Amino acid sequence: MASTEIERLASALARLPGLGPRSARRAVLWLVKHRERALPELLEALGGVQDNLSECPQCGNVDTRVPCGICSDLRRDARSLCVVEEVSDLWALDRARLFTGRYHVLGGRLSALDGVRPEDLSIDQLLGRVEAGGIDEVVLAMNATLEGQTTAHYLAERLESFPVRVTQLAHGLPVGGELDYLDEGTLAQALRARRPVG
Amino acid sequence: MALDRITLSRFRNHAETALDAAAHFNLLVGENGAGKTNVLEALSLLAPGRGLRRAGLSDLAQAGGAGGFSVGASLAQPDGADPVRLATYARADQPNRRRVQVNGAEASANGLSEWLALGWLTPAMDRLFSDSAGARRRFLDRMVLALEPAHAHHSARYEAALRERNRLLADEREPDPAWLEGVERHLARHGALIAQARARTVAALVDELATLPAEPFAVPLIALEAGGPAAEEDLALALAQGRRRDRQAGRTLTGPHRDELLVTMAGKMMPAADCSTGEQKAMLIALTLAHAGLAARGRPGVLLLDEVAAHLDPVRRAALFDRLRQGAAQVWMTGTELAPFEDIRGEAAVWRVEGGRVMRA
Ligand SMILES: [Zn+2]
Repeated sequence: MASTEIERLASALARLPGLGPRSARRAVLWLVKHRERALPELLEALGGVQDNLSECPQCGNVDTRVPCGICSDLRRDARSLCVVEEVSDLWALDRARLFTGRYHVLGGRLSALDGVRPEDLSIDQLLGRVEAGGIDEVVLAMNATLEGQTTAHYLAERLESFPVRVTQLAHGLPVGGELDYLDEGTLAQALRARRPVG
Repeated sequence: MALDRITLSRFRNHAETALDAAAHFNLLVGENGAGKTNVLEALSLLAPGRGLRRAGLSDLAQAGGAGGFSVGASLAQPDGADPVRLATYARADQPNRRRVQVNGAEASANGLSEWLALGWLTPAMDRLFSDSAGARRRFLDRMVLALEPAHAHHSARYEAALRERNRLLADEREPDPAWLEGVERHLARHGALIAQARARTVAALVDELATLPAEPFAVPLIALEAGGPAAEEDLALALAQGRRRDRQAGRTLTGPHRDELLVTMAGKMMPAADCSTGEQKAMLIALTLAHAGLAARGRPGVLLLDEVAAHLDPVRRAALFDRLRQGAAQVWMTGTELAPFEDIRGEAAVWRVEGGRVMRA
């Protein structure tokens, strides 16, 4: 029987997505075995994130810098803005290194059944960024789900009055699929085939 | 034969059951509760969906066991190619997840319909014509699905969009038009595909039924009464125009979720619901046979007939056996005794079923 502290660590890890009790116990055993180096390293990394983590006031990305690394990267194309539902989608797209512009994280998708309304998403902030000027193209990179595509349609309509080109990820995304789970080849294809809305 | 080397493990009252050397006609004979229909149900799970009892997965595992079950069958291939092994199962640690394997590789349940066309008739369907319109839509959708596997996908997406629209309309505040329009585009796209697929299936069934003799089975005349426009643009427009009305009604009043399958008895021109029990059963058999004929084009067909033969008079029974003998579909039938099957006994594979065990007779 493990001590309470070890049990607590195991149960905290078990709640992480993709882990579960079995993998958590293995991770704890590994940490115990490599406690000399691995534990301080992990503690320091976690502490650093806890102290500095914040949501980027500009795009909604989560980073330890303000504004985030993407918004403050001057090599990125400020004229192109990619709108995503969640931070995980931003990371998935950016991992693929295919999009060189900046992002806007909505913080969810419209869903009447889940009670998520336009004012619950950062839509006003998005319109504000577009209104401020300097943006030529808005890429709507919503998931190919009912809620994702409904949100894209809604945004396209709200963006209609602005002098920007509004494009959308092309079909070719697996139906019901979530960006976070796609391989880079599929993502690349979807991004290449983006097209005007309406 | 289409299906052979059938195995049931921890399925309902069958601990370990194997059926080998199947024939064109396959008879399962035994007392009520012996486990005959459970074998048919197991076979019905070699198609997408919830099988012929529409049961939850957790109800399928043997009672008192560790949970989980498996069903497998070999499917003969044309030209002497190796048979394909189909299997569906739920694991004890994840009893609510249905898994499918084709030749040992994970596959989707929808993929099963590429291999096999399954149809069935059970005593629970006897009340179909007097049941709700929804029950007849489900009956029709199962027939559509066997012909057009994409139907399941469009139905699921349509249902989701319908719930979303109804919730939006139920809101105290006036719903946002741009939001509604986004949802209605989904409804229109998938709804039109559903309506068109149903219309195609009904038209094909009408053609097939027209070739049937009027005797000894009552021939049904079927028609689809559309619950909304079948063209995407028209349906989108109807939804947009119906917003105020639907908001008052508290639900969406146009669209294929309001379709109705109309069934009338030819000759008498009487609504099926008003016909005698025997006539209703005869029309159900005619529909099932017509569909089996359509579905089995291009892939092997299997028909599961639960307690059908015993309730027919000898003339109709002989006619049914004749039709089934000429048909391409492999037939699995149940009965409490062997006597009604006398005409086909010589050519049939017969099993006695007792207490969840089968013995070749
Ligand atoms: Zn940022």
